[in-house]
Parts: sequence; C-alpha cells; structure tokens
Amino acid sequence: MKILTSWLREYVPGVRVTDRALADDLTLRGIAVEGVFDLGPNGSLFEMDITTNRVDAMNHYGIAREAAIIYGLKLAPLAATLNDLSSRLKSLRSEDAVEGPAFPVSIEEPRLCGRFTARVLRDVKIQPSTGIVVERFRLLEQKPISNAVDATNYCTLAIGQPTHVFDLDKLEGGIIVRRARKGEKLLTLDGIERILDPEDLVVADEKKAVGLAGVIGGWDTMITADTKNVLVEAAWFDQVTVRRSSKRHLVHTDASHRFERGADFNAPPVASALVSRILLEAGGSQVGDLTDVVISEAEARSAKRDAIAFSLGEVRRILGVTEDKEGITAATAETILTGLGCCLEKSADEAYSVTLPSWRLDLEREIDVIEEIARVYGYNRFQNTLPAFAGSVVELPHAEQETTLRRTLLALGWNEAVFSTFCAATDAALFAPQPASAVAIGNPLSEEAGMLRPSLVPGMLSMLALNLNRDVEDATLFEIGTVFSGSPERVAESPSLAIGATGRAFDQKQVTFYDLKGTVEKLLEKFSARSAYFDNLLLPAWLHPGRSARAVVDGLTTAHFGQLHPAEAERRKLRQTVFVGEIYLDRLYKQPLRQPIARELSRYQPVRRDFSLLFPDTIPWATIEEALKGLDIAELRSFAPKEILRDVKSVPTGHFSLLLGTVFQSQDRTLREEELQEFSQKVIAAMQSIGSRLRS
Amino acid sequence: MPEHESGDSIPHLSGYREAELDQAFAAISREVEASSAALATPEAVEAFRLQWLGRKQGRLKAISDAWLKSAPVEAKKLIGQRFNTLKAEIEQRLEHAEASTGSSALDSEAIDITLPGTRRKLGAEHPLIRTQNELIAIFARMGYSVGIGPEVETDYYNFESLNFPPGHPARDTQDTLVVSGQERKPLRDRLLMRTHTSPVQIHTMEEQPPPIRIVIPGKVHRNDAADATHSPIFHQLEGLCVDTNITFADLKGTLDHAMKELFGSSVRTRFFPSFFPFTEPSADVQISCPFCGGSGCRKCKYSGWIELLGCGMVDPSVFGFVQQKQPAYDPKKISGFAFGMGIDRIAMMKYGIGDVSLMYSGDLRFLEQFA
Repeated sequence: MKILTSWLREYVPGVRVTDRALADDLTLRGIAVEGVFDLGPNGSLFEMDITTNRVDAMNHYGIAREAAIIYGLKLAPLAATLNDLSSRLKSLRSEDAVEGPAFPVSIEEPRLCGRFTARVLRDVKIQPSTGIVVERFRLLEQKPISNAVDATNYCTLAIGQPTHVFDLDKLEGGIIVRRARKGEKLLTLDGIERILDPEDLVVADEKKAVGLAGVIGGWDTMITADTKNVLVEAAWFDQVTVRRSSKRHLVHTDASHRFERGADFNAPPVASALVSRILLEAGGSQVGDLTDVVISEAEARSAKRDAIAFSLGEVRRILGVTEDKEGITAATAETILTGLGCCLEKSADEAYSVTLPSWRLDLEREIDVIEEIARVYGYNRFQNTLPAFAGSVVELPHAEQETTLRRTLLALGWNEAVFSTFCAATDAALFAPQPASAVAIGNPLSEEAGMLRPSLVPGMLSMLALNLNRDVEDATLFEIGTVFSGSPERVAESPSLAIGATGRAFDQKQVTFYDLKGTVEKLLEKFSARSAYFDNLLLPAWLHPGRSARAVVDGLTTAHFGQLHPAEAERRKLRQTVFVGEIYLDRLYKQPLRQPIARELSRYQPVRRDFSLLFPDTIPWATIEEALKGLDIAELRSFAPKEILRDVKSVPTGHFSLLLGTVFQSQDRTLREEELQEFSQKVIAAMQSIGSRLRS
Repeated sequence: MPEHESGDSIPHLSGYREAELDQAFAAISREVEASSAALATPEAVEAFRLQWLGRKQGRLKAISDAWLKSAPVEAKKLIGQRFNTLKAEIEQRLEHAEASTGSSALDSEAIDITLPGTRRKLGAEHPLIRTQNELIAIFARMGYSVGIGPEVETDYYNFESLNFPPGHPARDTQDTLVVSGQERKPLRDRLLMRTHTSPVQIHTMEEQPPPIRIVIPGKVHRNDAADATHSPIFHQLEGLCVDTNITFADLKGTLDHAMKELFGSSVRTRFFPSFFPFTEPSADVQISCPFCGGSGCRKCKYSGWIELLGCGMVDPSVFGFVQQKQPAYDPKKISGFAFGMGIDRIAMMKYGIGDVSLMYSGDLRFLEQFA
C-alpha cells in the first residue's frame, strides 16, 4: 500500500519531523514503512507493509492516527477534513438535500450485512476527475477512471471504507441484501460471468443481483459516460462471508481485502458523504435523505462492544521491566489508550474499564490492550533481562543416537545431504517398504513431488544422478530424514538413513558393495545389539539381487544396501554403477548405544599364522567364519581373509584361494610352539571339514 | 687401562673436593671446545665423535674409567655427575655440527616436501545441520531442552490451536500443502504438511506442565514458488519458555543473548511490533549487520540491520487451547514467550550461501566446501 506524506500530514497538522524520521517512528511502532521515495515538493511516498490485523491502518487517515499518538498531536476530525475537498458543498446535511423519498433498502441477511447506507445523487456529470483527486492519483500511480469511480477509490485510500456507485437508472426497484439463488449469474466489473453460490451474499435490486457483496460490483449497473443518476452504497459486511466469496470466486479486491479483515462499523455514513461530495463537485444534487439501515446485533459486535477490564498490574506481569525507572505509569497508559480511540473509566486503583474503538476490531481482550501499550511505548525501551529457571533439561530420546550416526558417517567420509520430502508416484510405488502404503499430496508442488517419500532412496538416487550430470564422478552422500507411510486417515512418520556412493569415492578406489557393508557394520557396532547378521533374503526390487544384502539386528530387518539394480539404473539413466542403502532408524533406535568397556590387555606376545587354502566357489566366507568360530580355541584372538584369488592361472576353475590370517594370543602365558602346532592343525581340520584343501 | 697417544694422556686430578673437580672438568671442557672448532665436514664430525665418545677409543670413557677407578667412594657420585654434564655438552656440540654439515646418509632419503599432502576425505557437515546444532547448543546452555514433532500435522495443531481460526486471513500468509483425501474430514482433523514448527509448542505443553524451556528444530513446508531465497521446503527453530514469571523483557534478553552468541558480542538487536496470531505482543527482531557492524553494506541492503526472526508472548488463547488437556496453563497465573527463526536464512548468512536450493540439492561441489 502506498501513502502520500503530504496527504497524511493534512490529517495531523503539526508533525515537525522529516518524512524519513516519520517513517522510522511509524516502523518502530509496527506500522512498517518498507520504502521512502522522494516526491520533491510533494513530500514523499511511503511503501507500507501493514500486518493483516491492522486493517485500520491501511489508509491515510488510519496512519495519521498513529502519527498523532506518536507525537502527542491532535488528529483532525474527519468531517472537517472533508470540507477542504469541496468548494461547492460545505457539508452534506439533510437540509442541503432536495426533497424526495428515502431510497428503499432491505437487509434479508442481518447476520451477514450489519449496515447498509444508500444515497441518491441526481443529475450528476460523469467526467474525468479534477483537482486534488487526480493530483493525488498521479502521485500514487492510481489509474483515474471517472469522477464517480475515482471518488470511491479516493475514499478507500483516505479512510479505508470501500464504497460502490450504481447507475441508478439501471436498478429495478430498491436494494435487497440477500443470499444468491442457486445458479444465479452475475457479470462482474472485471467482465467475468460468475455463477453464484447460495453461500454468497449479494447486493440485489428487486429483479437481479447487482453486486457480490463487499467483493465486486456488477457490470450491468456500472457507471458509464451516459449515467445521469447515481446510488452510492457504503455498507458493512461480515468478514467471513466476504472472505469466502472472494476465495470461492478467486477475486481479491481492495474492498474484499478490507472487509475480510474487519471494517469500521461507523464509517459508512462518513464514506458515503465523502464519495458524494467528490461526485457532486461536477454538478448534481442529493435527493432525499441518506438511507442508513443498522442491524443492532452487528453494531453490538463492533461499534458498541462491551467494555473490557484492564489493569496496570497485568501490564507489568506480562511486559516486565523498562529501561526507564518509572516504567509504564498510569498517565502513560491513559495517554496511549485515549490516543488510540479508547474510552477509559477508572474502576479501581490502576484498573480501568476500557471501551474499544469501532475501527479496531482486532482489539478484544486485555492482552490486546497491553500489546498496544507496549507497541506505542516502544519495544526497545524494555530492558533485556534473562529469566530465572526452575525445571530440568529433558533429553530428546534419540538425539544421542542420531548424533553418533552422523559423527560416524562424517568420520568415514560420507557427506551429509538434505533432500525433498516428496517424490514421484512411480518412485513411491517402487521404493515403499510396504506396498500401497505411500501417501499422496492433495496439491503437490509438481508432478514429481506428488507423494510423501516412503523411503529416502529415490531422493538419494536423484542426488547421485545430479552429481553425475555435473561431472562429479566420485560421490558419497548420506541423508537422515523422515519417511512416511499410511493412508489419508493416518500418516506414520519414521526416521530413516540413506547412504549412496559411486565412483572412486574412498581412497581413490572404486566403491564396492564392501564399502557400504563396512559402513553399515561400523554403524551397527555403535549400538549394543545382541545379534546382528547379514543375508540376501527378501531383498527389495531396487537392489541388484546378487550384490546386495540386508542387515538383521535382533531379529528385525534393519537395513538394505548394495548395488542399485541395473534395470533401475538404466531407467534413471545413471552413467555409472551406484551403491545405495537405507537403514531403518526406527528399528535401529530400539538398540541403546554401546557403552565401550575396556578389556584387560594381554602382556604376552601375539603370534600370527597364515593359511593358504583352496575352496570351491560354492563356499561363502560366512561358512568359513562359522567353522572358525566353532573352534574351541580360546587363544584364537582374531582371523580375517587377507587375500582372495580366483580366475587366475594358479587357481583351478570353480575354486578360489584364500590366504587366511589368524592371530593367537593368551591372556596368561606365552604360547609354546607345540600349542601353536595344535591350533594350526585344528584350523586346518576345520577348513577341510567344509571342503577346503591346504595349498602348497 | 687402555693406552693413549701422548696428546691424549689422562689429565691429572689434583683432589676430590668439588672446587678441584670443577677445575679439572673445566680443563677438559676447554679441550672439547678446542677440538670442535673446525667441524666443517661430515668426516670431521665423525672423527670428533670417535675421539670423544667412541666406545673403545673414546677419550671421555678413558678419563672417566681412570678417574673413577682411583676415586674414593664418596667422590664417585660427584665425578659421575660431572661426566654426565660433560657428555651432554659434547653431544650438543655434535648435534650442532651435524645439523650444519648435513648428513649424507639422510640426504639420499630426502623427499619433495612441497608436494601436496595426502588429504583423506572427511565427510562434510551440512551447513543447515551445522547451523541447527549451533543454535541448539546456544539454547541448551540457557537450559533449553530439544524437542521434535511430526512433519504431517492436523489443521488443529498447525492452525486452530495457534489461534488461526478457520477462514482467518492470517492463514493466507502460509500457503499450505495438504495430504490428499482429507475433504470428508472435519476441518480440524485434516492432515497437512506443517507450515511452521509452532505446532510442537502445543504438543509440548499438552504433554508437559509448566515450567517449559524447549527448542524445536525441524523441516517445514509451504506451497510457495522457489527462488534464490525461498524454498518450499525449509527449516525452522522454534523456541518456547513458559513459567510463572516470564515477561516481554525476558524475551528480549533471551534473544539478544542468543544473537550475541551466534554472531558475536558486538551484535545488537532491536524489536519491532509485528503480528502473529499465536503471540501477543508480537515482534520482529532485527540484528545489527554482523558483516559491516551496522554502517551499511550489500548484505544488509545498506540499512545496517538484518531482520532475522519473529517472536512474542504466548497468546492467552493458545494457553486456552492447551488447557483443554493441561489445566496448569492458566493464562492468569503463567506467562511465556515463543520465537521462531529460519535456519536456512541464518545458514545462508553465516556461510555466504546465495541460493537456498543448493542446500537441498545434494550437489557435492557445494557440500564439500563444508568438510
């Protein structure tokens, strides 16, 4: 919204500060001036950013009221300022009107329309605006249309009350404010024919709807160059009704913007007078008196609300200490509230009964009044204090587990990423751990973001693809985030972790399945699971069936990882092999973190023995491992595959050679050669029992 | 006793009193100094070493063997100490000499130390997570707990209980992504993507009576068009403090302190009246520009100030909603403040990130800068 300081200053004579200082002072009190533009001799133009609750300040007079409070000045009464506009008419008293019948108005929906004023102006001249109206429109870059339409816009800019002008001769009978009939049509001023809803409130004549109440007028009754007689409407409509119609018909106007935020119940007669006077400047006269239908229930809800209780004790309790030693005194509070238009009546020591102004429907409760006091007094005049604290710090249940995962992954060289919460429907179908459990978004950001992600894997693949497309060929990424499942009835959220890698990501070597497995093992080691194993059963379809695994922790499938299925890689046009995995953190988090317990170090020398073995390809390491674990040798401290060779000349087809490294150590003695011989024999026997031959 | 050439004869020891010993050792020390005068080549250094410290032929050993042998028991310790000092002196001279002549054996092992170091890749901490952790740590030091809440919320928690009545214009400021298939439900039960972290305020208070001090980080969503500074997905940090005596001045002090911790102690804050349905009074907070100190620069658009967060005193109506489950939140007896800040914006400011979408791209060219 734009404001002319020259216009503003007319309403508060005596503001001595510069426009720039005025802008700062207003902004510090919540009437935000976003930009100040110099208009030379015409003062400045303020670009305002008014919060939705302050509809009263969305016009020149309302902002002038704020300036008056800030500087302790008197606000010019509205009626008086209207006089400056007209040379021909000093006021619009009824005695100035030509004799005639009052225009008939009937309100059929008293809950939706609280007040309706109508004024008949005859023999007007429709012509371009002149004088101060056209001058101010030029400065505000508001397009002039005709003196009649400009008068209504001028009124909105001046005092914020929307009004409407009808070509009186196109109206058939009196005004009826009613709900639209089912299927009723109205061609509105924007040239669109709208099919009305029975929930819409319309301004109608006896035959037809002539306006969508508080939103937009009708085409057929609009002012044209040929208009001779005019009906001026200034009314007060229910906020929610206007808002619903505006939303329903996707039409947002200056009028609807103000009505839906709560207009001033007392403004219609003032607005009607202002519009009429501007229009009558070019000629014509008022016929009959102003018709003013007031619904008393609506008035009681707005202009004549019950007074509220207010005490200075509550001000201190909520706001706290000020930098000024005296704090907020009774005198300060009284000045501020009176300036805002409240009427105060002392009810006890430091307590008041406060009557609220009709233009501030946002003020309803004591806290609203307290906020006004803080606002006008100045937020920055309160001290910066720190509250004393009673109570304890509550640790988030999984915070430490998440921190441990993150720290471990970062240390292992994985980069953290954060990705979209949404994914495409095809991905949701493919990656959801439970079939048909993915949840759709009703109004998605895009087609590719139509579903709540049931898995972090599709996002991980998108990120890897993005990197490959930008010639980043070596990538390691992880994401910790929420995944969703369920139905429109109930959506369940679980924490999850995805890892993804491609290229020469670790130590210049091509990523393999074992890099992911090692990472998963490292992560699992941080937790104190009783049992954890890997197998290749029940793998999801997006994984390569021969190069993937699942991790089972204490009987629960806790992770899937491995090489992306070549068909999926093809579908995603991935240029190189990628490895991905997902760890289901809701399951992993069932395990507490492992507390390291120091073991007593042996004082005796460890002895290393290597075995060169030949196995048929059908024997997996797991079998070898199991056989070694089954050995009854307490001194076998560790064993590991040191080298595996296959498809080389020295190894027969269908076999692989394994260099098995072992370490023997005792906690209580130096191992003797005979013992070691015996251990070696046991190892060899165990290996032979599962089909191995000793090489060389 | 080993034999020696005439010049290297064992010096005479006149007595075993300390002064006599000192005199005798000073003489050897002078001899050492003289023989170390011209150690220009590695060969000379080696000769010097053999002359004095050689295991078999070394003069030091010869003297020490001779003197100690004939010394009375009570003097042996005094002599021994002095030999140790002397040996250290000789070793130091050797070290100096070796350093200045260079050692041919190690020369051949020299490498090009100007080549780049082997840089093992560290995982990069995401700037958002890093900022989030930093913020959490600041509030943790002030006694705040950390909470979380669901990303899918009901209309009741996201709007109604935060004093956004159905059909209220304030709802327009938060364009909402909704879960499909909600049309038949009552408005309050409809599921949507939370538009802010504030619903967790309600959850927290419903679960826990006052006092409360909590910060809640999390992902939020709005149906907004993306540009360099706006993402439809972003992160907020919500804060809530409720007790019997919490004031607006406490809110100011808390946020002023937090901003000083985050951006440095010279940063100042100022508060502007604002509007949020769930706080009253409500405020926007600006900090003095941490880049230019307030004199005006490109980052603060030459204003000296940067708007960073919204806050306010918890609206009594919000306590009213909570009281349906936790009667202890009586707005006549307790009070509190809440604040919310965009983690993305703070991260962008702190780390000079120009485009918010980079943070949600997984682009390693961007992420690796934070390793």
